[in-house]
Amino acid sequence: MDQARVAGYEVVTRQDFSDVTFLLEVRHPLLARAARPGQFVIVMASEHGERIPLTIADYDRTRGTVTLVIQAVGKTTREMQRDCRVGTRLVALVGPMGVPSHIGQARKVLCVGGGLGVAPVYPQARGYKESGAYVIGILGFRNRDLMFWEDKFRATCDELIVCTDDGSAGIKGLVTAGIRLAMSQHRDIDECVAIGPPVMMKGCAEATRGSSIRTIVSLNPVMVDGTGMCGGCRVKVGDTVKFACVDGPDFDGHLVDFDDLMFRLQRYRATELAATERFNESCRMRSLTAQPVIAE
Amino acid sequence: MPGDARPKKKTIRMIPQARTPAHEQDPRERACNFGEVNQGYLIEDAQLEAERCLMCPEQPCVAGCPVGVAIPDFIQRITARDYRGAYDVITSTNLLPAVCGRVCPQESQCEGSCTVGDTLEPVAIGRLERWVGDLAIRERWSNVPYIQPSGFKVGIVGSGPAGMACAADMAKAGCEVVVFEAFHEPGGVLKYGIPDFRLPNTVVDAEITKLEALGIRFECNTLVGRLFTIEQMVEEMGFHAVFVGTGAGYPSFMGIPGESLNGVLSANELLTRCNLMHAREFPDYDTPLQPGRRVVVIGAGNTAMDALRVSLRLGAESVRCLYRRSRAEAPARAEEIHHAEEEGIEFHWLASPVELLDDGKRNVRAVRCIRMTLGEPDTSGRRRPVPEAGSEFEIEADMVVYAIGTNANPIIGQTSKLKLDQRGYIATDATLATSIPGVFAGGDIVTGAATVIEAMGAGRRAARAMKAFLGLRDTDHVYCDAAAEPGSRMFGIDRAERGFARIRMPR
Repeated sequence: MDQARVAGYEVVTRQDFSDVTFLLEVRHPLLARAARPGQFVIVMASEHGERIPLTIADYDRTRGTVTLVIQAVGKTTREMQRDCRVGTRLVALVGPMGVPSHIGQARKVLCVGGGLGVAPVYPQARGYKESGAYVIGILGFRNRDLMFWEDKFRATCDELIVCTDDGSAGIKGLVTAGIRLAMSQHRDIDECVAIGPPVMMKGCAEATRGSSIRTIVSLNPVMVDGTGMCGGCRVKVGDTVKFACVDGPDFDGHLVDFDDLMFRLQRYRATELAATERFNESCRMRSLTAQPVIAE
Repeated sequence: MPGDARPKKKTIRMIPQARTPAHEQDPRERACNFGEVNQGYLIEDAQLEAERCLMCPEQPCVAGCPVGVAIPDFIQRITARDYRGAYDVITSTNLLPAVCGRVCPQESQCEGSCTVGDTLEPVAIGRLERWVGDLAIRERWSNVPYIQPSGFKVGIVGSGPAGMACAADMAKAGCEVVVFEAFHEPGGVLKYGIPDFRLPNTVVDAEITKLEALGIRFECNTLVGRLFTIEQMVEEMGFHAVFVGTGAGYPSFMGIPGESLNGVLSANELLTRCNLMHAREFPDYDTPLQPGRRVVVIGAGNTAMDALRVSLRLGAESVRCLYRRSRAEAPARAEEIHHAEEEGIEFHWLASPVELLDDGKRNVRAVRCIRMTLGEPDTSGRRRPVPEAGSEFEIEADMVVYAIGTNANPIIGQTSKLKLDQRGYIATDATLATSIPGVFAGGDIVTGAATVIEAMGAGRRAARAMKAFLGLRDTDHVYCDAAAEPGSRMFGIDRAERGFARIRMPR
């Protein structure tokens, strides 16, 4: 087969934020040039791997790279955490997918990221800043140890509110507490962009409901191809059914049926759990049989 | 003169009366495996079946073929045991005999118009074509002609049948051809859609290798429109012409209650997970697929047949097909329906779903259906199904698959200024030229869902128009007999041959 087809996409930087969250910077100059805030890619880490959608956390056109932030929760992401080192290659990386976020005439914007969602909300915060808006960043983490990119946001945002569940950094509470705080201090917020787990985005949409704040959420449902072909990513938005991959991934948070989304994310739960279980077992066997070769 | 100089005219009574059967896997056995159902012909079967061609002068089969394969000619070469010659004849018009011999609806094309078919069963042209194609793969034959480079660069968007056919013709015309594919493997619907028991992916790969031998480059993991646009291809990337063959691929649902329940999916999703992503080999491959025990597939086209038979092979206890019209109107090939029935698929004709019912945990539990009767013919010429009041009934199901067709994929429309028609498909003229000069389109993205060979035919038609646009000699015309029609040539060049030169205006 063609050389380019097996060559893959090189990992040039890796950074571990915690024992579950890590960053990969991957070389793909064309993709770096085309990417816009709000878009995502589909990655296949190995020949027998599955295709997983990941929101683009950053892109650097001069370095010709895109940055992905990944949470090791299932078999594929845990395998990536184990295997994706600097110099290794992803088998497939395709994108940018989805309709880019519409960064319009908003004057004052909330950019809300929860957990892993902190990464993909960064290009949006930067985009709004470049368009001249006043940007208030609101980042939520479980605790101080899981925090990342606070410096990047401080450099970009006009204001930054950090929220932790246990109060170990910033204010104690969920990102919705941060949203309420910002809303009490600013009466003229036009837009709110919220990215994170569905339950967090649902909370954000509830926090701004009834106000005049246009609230955009970025959805990441189960999908295969990412080009509109499988329909696995269909979501209910108001009275219509949309495909997140080509009609989204950004939607009006006040119209999204989050409960439906959360149930649909469980579609392959049983198989996924079995795969993770098997992976854990193989890791355990490997650590039992492996002999330490080099002591560092 | 010796008698064998002029072949004796065959009559219908001289040929073998019965059509030579293909070797098939036993239905009960094959329902549990993904091996090919139709195992094809052995050499003696091909010889026997080739005898059945009358070599009639009218050649209605050639006219019935969307790409115009010289059918009697290749069959005659099988009879003469010149198998390589037969392959050469086919590949001068159709590059993918092993694919087309398997998936073309021959009964409504070449075989449907076969003269023998007026009296007996028609010549099994598809099986013969496949036999030649398979032999070529085994013997590693490929026809790589000497190609004089033309200096033009052609971009093809989509590596399915339309793109492959267009790519092949343009490569033969001396163009540097690059085919872009969004998936990680080339082949389009031949890979992700059609299951292995009908068309093994190894056969598709073998045919793609032959295209690569023509100098065609396949660039996978490339989502044209988003990574770069059609306009960028023409204006910045140096493509002198572009063909868009992205397929329809945006599955339809009905909009009835319960469609977002877990266990409800499109045939595209089921087939892609199973075929391209190898979900059936889980856990060796990572892609998950929750196999259904009681599966209901809605629709009765070829995709529905594939979804039904894949579900059966994945281990379902019962697999049912729901179709709102009757068997006579079913769009699937008769052979596919017959194969599905043999394997134990239950068909519920004249029944349409009205609601998908929940098990209380957001999983589908059953399909509520209504009986239909056929009324007056509609715009498609088929009789319109009319619901019968009070005839609702339930069918238990833990997996419901939608195979009721597709809509236009929006990506190219979202990202380019190409003119679309009212339904969202790309608008073209009769030569398949789009609203952007140098950009052509064909296949499902122009016509809506159709067949593999129709897409290939469109790819070839677009290639012809593309050659005219680039001012390349059209080999379909230049070699016609100059003496036959006085005045048909001017300065030795066929009048049918048009030439355009691209003029770029300074900005």
